[in-house]
Amino acid sequence: MESQALEQAKEIDRKKSAGETLGALAGTTVAIKDNMATIGVKTTCASKMLENWIPVYDATVVKKLKEADAIIVGKTNLDEFAMGSSTENSAFKTTKNPHDTSKVPGGSSGGSAATVAAGAVTFSLGSDTGGSIRQPASLCGIVGVKPTYGRVSRYGLVAFGSSLDQIGPFARNVSDAATLLDVLSGYDPMDSTSINKEYKPLTDVLGSDIKGLRVGIIDELKGPQGFQREVLDAVDETAKLLEKNGATVGNVSIPASAYGLSAYYIIAPAEASSNLARFDGMRYGLRVEEQSAALTNEATRQAGFGMEVKRRIMLGTYALSAGYYDAFYAQAQKVRTLMINDFKQAYENFDVLLSPTSPTTAFGIGEKTQDPYQMYLADVCTLPTNIVGATSMSVPVGVDDNGLPIGVQVFAPPLGEEVMFQVASAIEEQANYNAVPVVGAF
Amino acid sequence: MTKITSNQVRHVANLARLRVSDEEVQTFTNQLEGLLEHFSAISAIDTKGVQPTSHPIAINNVFRKDVPTPSLSQEQVLSNAPSSEDNRFSVPQILGESE
Repeated sequence: MESQALEQAKEIDRKKSAGETLGALAGTTVAIKDNMATIGVKTTCASKMLENWIPVYDATVVKKLKEADAIIVGKTNLDEFAMGSSTENSAFKTTKNPHDTSKVPGGSSGGSAATVAAGAVTFSLGSDTGGSIRQPASLCGIVGVKPTYGRVSRYGLVAFGSSLDQIGPFARNVSDAATLLDVLSGYDPMDSTSINKEYKPLTDVLGSDIKGLRVGIIDELKGPQGFQREVLDAVDETAKLLEKNGATVGNVSIPASAYGLSAYYIIAPAEASSNLARFDGMRYGLRVEEQSAALTNEATRQAGFGMEVKRRIMLGTYALSAGYYDAFYAQAQKVRTLMINDFKQAYENFDVLLSPTSPTTAFGIGEKTQDPYQMYLADVCTLPTNIVGATSMSVPVGVDDNGLPIGVQVFAPPLGEEVMFQVASAIEEQANYNAVPVVGAF
Repeated sequence: MTKITSNQVRHVANLARLRVSDEEVQTFTNQLEGLLEHFSAISAIDTKGVQPTSHPIAINNVFRKDVPTPSLSQEQVLSNAPSSEDNRFSVPQILGESE
């Protein structure tokens, strides 16, 4: 990785002195979540299963970064196979929050969030299946975007929940996030679920007037229980700032989102149980050899997967199994339809929606590891966007009494990134967030 | 309420090709029961006549032109194989095995 990075840097120097056109990201450094394929560089998914896997191809997003002259300097830690909300499920390392090293950075893209927050790189890539970009962005005080499903190619992203997964940017400000997302967006023949569309540059909409825009605060995502007071206040204050700048603010109900957590934790594990069937110890990754292929398969999966991954495979397999399919999986898919309809209806009266990104600021390392349900609740505000395939992003707006960052989530309909970035840049300008992490290059 | 037995956990683990220890069976029995008790809340929603959504964007068949393009070499494909022989994956015995 180091030699590749130095070569990339030299190539940019050469282009510059030769007077050639430089890519949009020339001179910037990027870190990549370790569940995206990088040619010749280990891609582990923070799992013993892929501890020594060296991809023979680049993910499309990695290719695009290189073409844009970004310098890729490292791969970042994550919850194993992107399953978790604290990065504590990594088989290898614990990642700490740069604002308080006794706290988690969030997850699953915790390494990508922490490294940008600490100023070690200009930006990073994360993947978001139920909040894995936005929640760590919120906990680390940076900007994190979950693009519309299909806007960014998933080719080379190790699959977790294929109908939910989406790659997106982390950056220290809205403008950088827009610059990076502009590079990442676009149709890819290698991902037949990518949307075939030309995108207007998001950098063009930044700073434009929000007068007359209608902003809705989602009723179901402000409690009742488990939400930190300061986080809820931050959403109200953000709404007031937008109102002061000419937006109209109201409350909106998305009734089915009350069932989002249940639907998500049935659909995502079901898709994961199917996707992770490929890790069978035969073609790549770990093999724990026994007398037969079937026994090798079982022994490999026992040794290669950590507890959270096993728990989700079990949950998903149960929800898909004979006798339970209709009650759980089929019902969750119908709830998915109801949520899509509820959001559609909300957008008849509003341009963007607001909620907290995470119910609380960063929690302590080890605080939630014994209770999976408490950990799953960390995603309650972010997972509706994945269920409906839309876009949302977290913007830092302030800190709590302990100095920990608070993020506000801006939602827009599918392919509504323009209005979302417009509002996000207004929030950024008004909130004037400037908390400095205790760890980092500042 | 959703009652999960240790036998069900063993059955599901077998479906998923996960070998689980007795201790893990105990842990998963408790945890799955706890989680499903929360998640079974969705059964209370009236979904009569609602179509299921399997994918958030409406795409039907996606076609491409049938043009040959370069693909990975055999050597590249086998480079991460736990074991290979004569340009093939080498795997433990599949047929005729007894469990």
